Amino acid sequence: MNDFMVPVLIVTGIGILAGVILSAAAKFMAVKVDERFEKIRAELPGANCGACGYAGCDQYAQALVENPDLATNLCVPGGAGAAKALSEIMGVSFEATVPNYAVVHCNGTCNNTQYAVDYEGPATCAACSTLFGGRGTCPNACLGFGDCVKVCPYGAIDLVDGVAVVDKNLCVGCGLCAKTCPKALISLIPVTSNVYVRCSSQEKGAATRKACKTGCIACRKCEKACPSQAITIVNNHAVIDPAKCTNCGTCVAQCPTGAIHEYKCPVELAAQAKAEAAGEEKAAE
Amino acid sequence: MKEMMIILFSAILTENFILAKFMGICPFLGVSKKLDSAVGMSVAVTFVMAMATAVTWPIYTYLLVPNGLDYLQTVVFILVIAALVQLVEIILKKYVPALHKSLGIYLPLITTNCAVLGVTMLNISKELNFAESMVNAVGAGLGFLLAMVLFCGVRQRLEDIDTPECFKGIPITLIAASIVSVSFMGFGGLVEGLFK
Repeated sequence: MNDFMVPVLIVTGIGILAGVILSAAAKFMAVKVDERFEKIRAELPGANCGACGYAGCDQYAQALVENPDLATNLCVPGGAGAAKALSEIMGVSFEATVPNYAVVHCNGTCNNTQYAVDYEGPATCAACSTLFGGRGTCPNACLGFGDCVKVCPYGAIDLVDGVAVVDKNLCVGCGLCAKTCPKALISLIPVTSNVYVRCSSQEKGAATRKACKTGCIACRKCEKACPSQAITIVNNHAVIDPAKCTNCGTCVAQCPTGAIHEYKCPVELAAQAKAEAAGEEKAAE
Repeated sequence: MKEMMIILFSAILTENFILAKFMGICPFLGVSKKLDSAVGMSVAVTFVMAMATAVTWPIYTYLLVPNGLDYLQTVVFILVIAALVQLVEIILKKYVPALHKSLGIYLPLITTNCAVLGVTMLNISKELNFAESMVNAVGAGLGFLLAMVLFCGVRQRLEDIDTPECFKGIPITLIAASIVSVSFMGFGGLVEGLFK
């Protein structure tokens, strides 16, 4: 009997002792969690994209709880809905966000530019860009391996003819792609802007012209033509200031190389590419 | 002192828990993708190994052995380590929130990690005294850290390499792990020679 009871008692005793210590510790050392934290966290989309400037949704919620003066409209994917809900929880006035979307400043498709080298390394933009800046004739061209496609949590980016194109309808403007692109070709513009420059070439006009059919050659035609002075030439390519741009489309018509585009969704672009290819075939015949 | 150094360095190099004894393989494969999480996990393991040894050694020596219950060590050790890790987590959360933030997610994972149970049981079977056990536990943790950091470097390179389709993912990781393990075989006999 004793042989049997002693081990049982000892093991049970250790178990009970551990249980008592744990429950006592859980009670006396409980950390108070602000109840607003859970509510805020529930309103955030949970994509952990980092567009708010914090590491993730948890961190943004925590920062909001700790600092009531913090803006409630920092969540880009959540948009106005999340901002409104957060403002209600925090009891502050609500300011709407202006949603952004990403655009790729390159139009170096297979028709417009060529590869300078046969690249056979790892199939990522990050790896390719470390070798002499890429494989194309243009040093500022989209590398076309789709690092941005892989990183996009919303599936908003496609590769059309070897160039990344963002679908405005799916993009929430988190900016993960802009951070990932090793060539820094992607930027965020407000959804109200429809006109953007599809070129980031930093070469002089002549060099750009040699490398790509539709590169921006910094001729300043658009700069002079723009009725609202929204265009400036920076680093040998045109840059549109979305705050001044009225989407009038004058620059699109003026551009001699077709570097400035009005936004089109990838589906339209794919159809356009197909039509162009068909047209060329006909011309060849 | 010489004894201690031999125990410490053989635990790190020749008897490395992951690469020579093949314990704690799941965190080795699971958390070694990023350097910061690999270091976080290893520091947590080292911490728990030392704590577990500090608690299980006295329990074994002063409670189980006098009652002739050494056959119960596995059960009792699991119980004690699980409770201990929970307690450590609660205490860290209350008093050292910064440390809890960096180790927090790893602590519950380690509760039933075989490397932690392994080091406590090895201390007993090798008949080490308390101080030697502690040195062995810390050495085992540091060895874990070394293996994790080295393997993390290997894995980050694997990511950028164009591996054949059939080797992608886990297969190439396991092959790389075995090669790293083979390289650690080269340390055999080194420690005894170092402190002659």
